[in-house]
Amino acid sequence: MTLSLSDIKRVAKLARIEISEADAQQNLIQLSGIFNLIEQMQAVETQKIKPMSYSQDMVQRLREDIVTETDQHIQFQSIAPQIEDSYYLVPRVIE
Amino acid sequence: MQWETVIGLEIHVQLATRSKIFSGASVAYGAQPNSQACAVDIALPGVLPVLNRKAVEYAIRFGLAINAAINSPSIFARKNYFYPDLPKGYQISQLERPIVEGGHVTIRTGDKEKTIHLTRAHLEEDAGKSTHEGFHDKTGIDLNRAGTGLLEIVSEPEMRSSTEAVAYAKALHSLVRWIGICDGNMQEGSFRCDANVSVRPAGSDVLGTRCEIKNLNSFRFLERAIDYEVARQIDILESGGSIIQQTRLYDADRDETRSMRSKEDAHDYRYFPDPDLLPVVIPQEWIEQIREKLPELPEDRRNRYIQDFGLSAYDANILTAARELADYFEQAVKHLPEQSKLCANWIMGEVSGRLNKEELEIDRCPVNPEQLAGLLLRITDGTVSGKIAKDVFDSMWQGNGDSADTIIDAKNLRQISDGGEIEKWIDEVLAANQQQVADYRAGKEKAFNSLVGQIMKISKGKANPAQVNTLLKKRLTE
Repeated sequence: MTLSLSDIKRVAKLARIEISEADAQQNLIQLSGIFNLIEQMQAVETQKIKPMSYSQDMVQRLREDIVTETDQHIQFQSIAPQIEDSYYLVPRVIE
Repeated sequence: MQWETVIGLEIHVQLATRSKIFSGASVAYGAQPNSQACAVDIALPGVLPVLNRKAVEYAIRFGLAINAAINSPSIFARKNYFYPDLPKGYQISQLERPIVEGGHVTIRTGDKEKTIHLTRAHLEEDAGKSTHEGFHDKTGIDLNRAGTGLLEIVSEPEMRSSTEAVAYAKALHSLVRWIGICDGNMQEGSFRCDANVSVRPAGSDVLGTRCEIKNLNSFRFLERAIDYEVARQIDILESGGSIIQQTRLYDADRDETRSMRSKEDAHDYRYFPDPDLLPVVIPQEWIEQIREKLPELPEDRRNRYIQDFGLSAYDANILTAARELADYFEQAVKHLPEQSKLCANWIMGEVSGRLNKEELEIDRCPVNPEQLAGLLLRITDGTVSGKIAKDVFDSMWQGNGDSADTIIDAKNLRQISDGGEIEKWIDEVLAANQQQVADYRAGKEKAFNSLVGQIMKISKGKANPAQVNTLLKKRLTE
């Protein structure tokens, strides 16, 4: 797979990362290197191997449906940049 | 050209748990903003999600109710995107191995019946709520809803009209309430629909380019948004254009859909298995336990009402639209099993009408099923006429739980079938209406009804109408 500069910029945009032209060029080289490595690994025969979602052979523990948490919003909001009427305020976003 | 509409729905059902799907914070609606968002929900560093057993149980319950496969193990994935109401920067959802796969529901439009297949239903967490008004140039974020357990139910694109889409949404709405996994409150967002809509030339088996309409929170909006969208797409295609794959929002005030984002800006969610959550293994015994506790399903009950009680399909559909209504019917009809049709008519007519008028749900009905049955028994044995029964019903509605018999006695409403008494009223009416008697004898049938009406009136509605008819006819032909 060949990466283009526009792929880099798109990924950066999706990740909300601002990158300069020079950094984008640099990232293109580095990420292409990673993709080359992945391409090499594609040669390994994996047809008969079951995909692994987890590295550990354990199963998920379940909790009972009980409310255990108390209201701590005053404490949490003490580190928020801006709050009003117990809402967190963020730059206006409308989609 | 003839066009065919193709619709698939994604429905988000808020699970009726007490706590969130991955944390012990409450999900109660309407709390002070952010008072129910704990460290896990606001994504403080170092916290770990722990899965709510009840949420899994509800998903399994749903899967069993629609005859779907339950996947074990089932896997949680991270769906990555940036939005201020999503504190972690990803939503915990499911991609591969969703908990429920396949299954089907039956929908009815008019007298047509159709099976809609489901693709999947998966567990996920809800996001918080953004408020754009009232914070000057800022957006206010309330994270109380963040982490609330949802079941996202995805249908195959098998619906062919907005009517079918609404019938499907209503069938699911009824089902999730019936099996007790969701309160179904659409105003509070407990049941939200997204519609995937495309059109294609009739007869084609290739899908057209689709648009997704987001966040339709009423059946009416669902129907109108689809109708608008279908017309929009046909317009574009017929004027030589092509449909761009888009996410669109329905604007109820303007009754139109507008573009929210196009495919180029579509989120690339970069799903991957969530390392914080291990595979969920569901033992077969657990599934069987849940199956045993499953209530009789609406479809089964509907068929039983038709078979055992001889109700019409129409009546059976209405009575099984909600479990509470069906339960009410069953509790009433068991006192007079021979009169199931009368029971059904009263519940769908008088009871439902009055409930609608007073904006009450059936579980808050002031007249309980036993009281209603008691009244209906008095209609069938001739103690009161249907008309008087409505007055008794009204008294029961306003009353304090008195039985029909108590009210009938207290108000002296017992129907009079005593011939002697009725004859007296007939005498009185005939004497005062010689002209009408003559009219009737001259062949004017209408005059007869007028006379009956007057006799009923002076008897204050208590005369047995059938008997009045017989006796009057006899007198007039003498």
